[in-house]
Amino acid sequence: MSLVNFTTREISCKIVYYGPGRSGKTTNLQYIYGRVPDDRRGRMVSLATETERTLFFDFLPLDLGSISGFTTRFQLYTVPGQIYYGSTRKLVLQGADGVVFVADSQVRQLDENIESLQGLQANLIDMGSNMRSMPLVFQYNKQDLPSELILKARELDDALNFWDIPSFSSDAVQGKGVFETLRAISESVLRKLSTEAPR
Amino acid sequence: MEELNPRFTFETLVVGAANRLAVTAARTVGEAPGTAYNPLFVYGGSGLGKTHLLMAIGHLARELRADIDVEYVTLNEFVELYQAAVAAGQTDALRSRLARADVLLVDDVHFLARRHELQAELLRLVEQLQGANRQIVLTSDRPPTEIQDLDDRLISRFDGGLVVDIDTPEFETRLAILRRGVADREVAVEAEVLEVIAGTQVQSVRELIGLLNRFIAFQAVSEIPLTAAAAGQLLAGQVPATPDGQASALPQDNTDEFAAFLSGISHTVQEQVDVWRHRVQEAISQWASEGYRTDRLERLLRQEVPSGIERTIREYERDIDRLRGFQRAMARVDPQRVSEPEFFDPDRLKDADELVQAALREGRPPPGPSPAWTMADLVTGGSNRVAMSAAAAVIATPGAVYNPLVLQGPDGVGKTHLLHAIGNALGKHGTRVACLTAQEFVDELLDAIDGDRIDGWRRRYRGTTALLIDDVQLLAGKERSQEELFHLYNRLLTEGRQLVFTIGAPPSEVPGLDPRLVSRLQGGLIAPIGPPDRDVRRGLASARLAARYGDADPDVAEYLAESQFESLRALVNAIQRLVRMADAEGTSPTLQLARTVLEGVPRTSVSTRPVRTSGMGLSLSSALHSHEKVVWEWPELTDRIVEVSA
Repeated sequence: MSLVNFTTREISCKIVYYGPGRSGKTTNLQYIYGRVPDDRRGRMVSLATETERTLFFDFLPLDLGSISGFTTRFQLYTVPGQIYYGSTRKLVLQGADGVVFVADSQVRQLDENIESLQGLQANLIDMGSNMRSMPLVFQYNKQDLPSELILKARELDDALNFWDIPSFSSDAVQGKGVFETLRAISESVLRKLSTEAPR
Repeated sequence: MEELNPRFTFETLVVGAANRLAVTAARTVGEAPGTAYNPLFVYGGSGLGKTHLLMAIGHLARELRADIDVEYVTLNEFVELYQAAVAAGQTDALRSRLARADVLLVDDVHFLARRHELQAELLRLVEQLQGANRQIVLTSDRPPTEIQDLDDRLISRFDGGLVVDIDTPEFETRLAILRRGVADREVAVEAEVLEVIAGTQVQSVRELIGLLNRFIAFQAVSEIPLTAAAAGQLLAGQVPATPDGQASALPQDNTDEFAAFLSGISHTVQEQVDVWRHRVQEAISQWASEGYRTDRLERLLRQEVPSGIERTIREYERDIDRLRGFQRAMARVDPQRVSEPEFFDPDRLKDADELVQAALREGRPPPGPSPAWTMADLVTGGSNRVAMSAAAAVIATPGAVYNPLVLQGPDGVGKTHLLHAIGNALGKHGTRVACLTAQEFVDELLDAIDGDRIDGWRRRYRGTTALLIDDVQLLAGKERSQEELFHLYNRLLTEGRQLVFTIGAPPSEVPGLDPRLVSRLQGGLIAPIGPPDRDVRRGLASARLAARYGDADPDVAEYLAESQFESLRALVNAIQRLVRMADAEGTSPTLQLARTVLEGVPRTSVSTRPVRTSGMGLSLSSALHSHEKVVWEWPELTDRIVEVSA
């Protein structure tokens, strides 16, 4: 995927929110959708089941306008979290420029987090990428829950984040940590471009 | 130089673990400049109080010693001062001014990166100040070793003093800073609230103050003191609800988070995506700050997708190197012209080169004596004996006796001949002899003034080992020329160079000649040359005739010697006429022929050959009688010639 086109002066980034089911990926996108001025956002496409679970994927195009003369577009995707949508996840992940791994901070969800992370790792390797080369940030969601129910960010880092990847605590429903996460992944993606810029 | 900000004192500085060492060192330096930690090098991130600390040193030093000379300068300002000084040719003045400071405070030295000339300048300054036990304090946003391409000698100088860092303040210091900020602003803020703000991880004190300001602004519109919870919300980028449950009316709407995100991304795009743009802009600002034109690099920025950015920058920098080469060459020829715009425009390499070449051309030797006139051709007699012997003395020991030698006499007595002959003789010693007429001197000066090359012109003459000027009376009334000659004269005389002048009348009798110049001419030897005496006439006539005919009739020379001539020129003219006539008749000069030439006695035999003459209505003989100069080149000669048969 051509991330930066210097001829047409366009930047387009595909950022995928990845994580176990019910970890809050769609909530992240919804919060972002709610904060973006109308003229900057496309229609948020959400293919959900009747019980509001993401069936296929969410897609939120963001038009960031002209930045340094570059027409900049971000496309935010979420993958369906449930185990049985493995092939969809793989499909959505194709061509991703950056990944946000949204973990569920609840103690009882730790195994799901680990399983999902392993899935991500496997999918990236299939794509010829890996956890180190792909711009990646962790988001530990639901940190607003009572402390006895959740793992602290530090504990989650110990359990999941072996790569010393930037991580953010969040409460996606309230929006806490949502834009911090988005900004971190965006910068990480853009920073990767410095190695690909013309010389 | 900038003034010290009166607020930046040690009293207003909050000391914590992060800056304690730096503050202690700074205090020591402020209390006793030049005795400990010299240089003191303070580094730390932006907004951590380096400038505050720097100025606090200045304030403290002044407080303790009212007459102390404290100079505060940012590196940018240093660059500007230095460039201005270079342009004005007053780098020494700037150096001595900075080196005079008892305490020199230099802010933001990280801008030294890759500026080698400035680094050399700073090194010199540091050494000078250290040597004189004067204090120098520098700040930077990074340690010396991390300043790109910093001269190792500078690094070792800094290491030889004290290099100390300021870190981001820890919680307690942040709280103390906030408390002081609240006290300064005279607002009431609950202690808990301050703790919430202090609990935020910030990169700098500036950022912390920004948070406090934001908080105070919110509190000002909500009219009642905000709670710790509201402060927390505010810090999280949310709008705290007011006690009645209504969202604050401040412009903290839904899009705010997005706007903040957007501005962050813009910054990243500028920095990362358009990294080449960043690189080019960096190069532009670097070279522009050194006074170079950056049009070529700016053109890159206007392109959509430039290619070969690094190559273009490399070529640009190579051209700057070449410009510097030209500039150095110019400095050797004409230091006053090193600031010409051509030396600062890499797109005008050719012009810069030409400028140097032109300067080199101007540096060519001034006009020298005519080789046709030598001492050997001169005949000594009573009329010129003093002048001839003085000339011999001058030639033997230039600059030691008779300086200046002034040859004074009427027209045509051989002053110019003697002048050039002296010049030729002096030139044999390998000296650089300038020999020219006063009129040429004036004309050259006018040209130099007109072309703004006066310095080159002066240098040209200052470099001579002997200056010989003919007909110096022609300078009368030409004040500037006299002024220039006066200075040149003094300079050459001081350096023991020989000066020889010719003048038509005693200097004091030449109206319009500057008395200063007159007195200087009179201070040497004024050697008179009179109309040629008999010895001179005979000597000259025999020499000339002998040179032409070998064994010429001695009676002819004797006859010429006996005749009265007002000048050598008249004698030479007569000899020339005689020779012509003899040639026309196919004989060697005879006494009778000489008489005919000088006295107009009719000849007994007349050539039957047609003689060409000008159509001026004069008979041939009467024309030859004339003591006027014979003009051999008439304008439009063919129109005026008629053929006559005698």
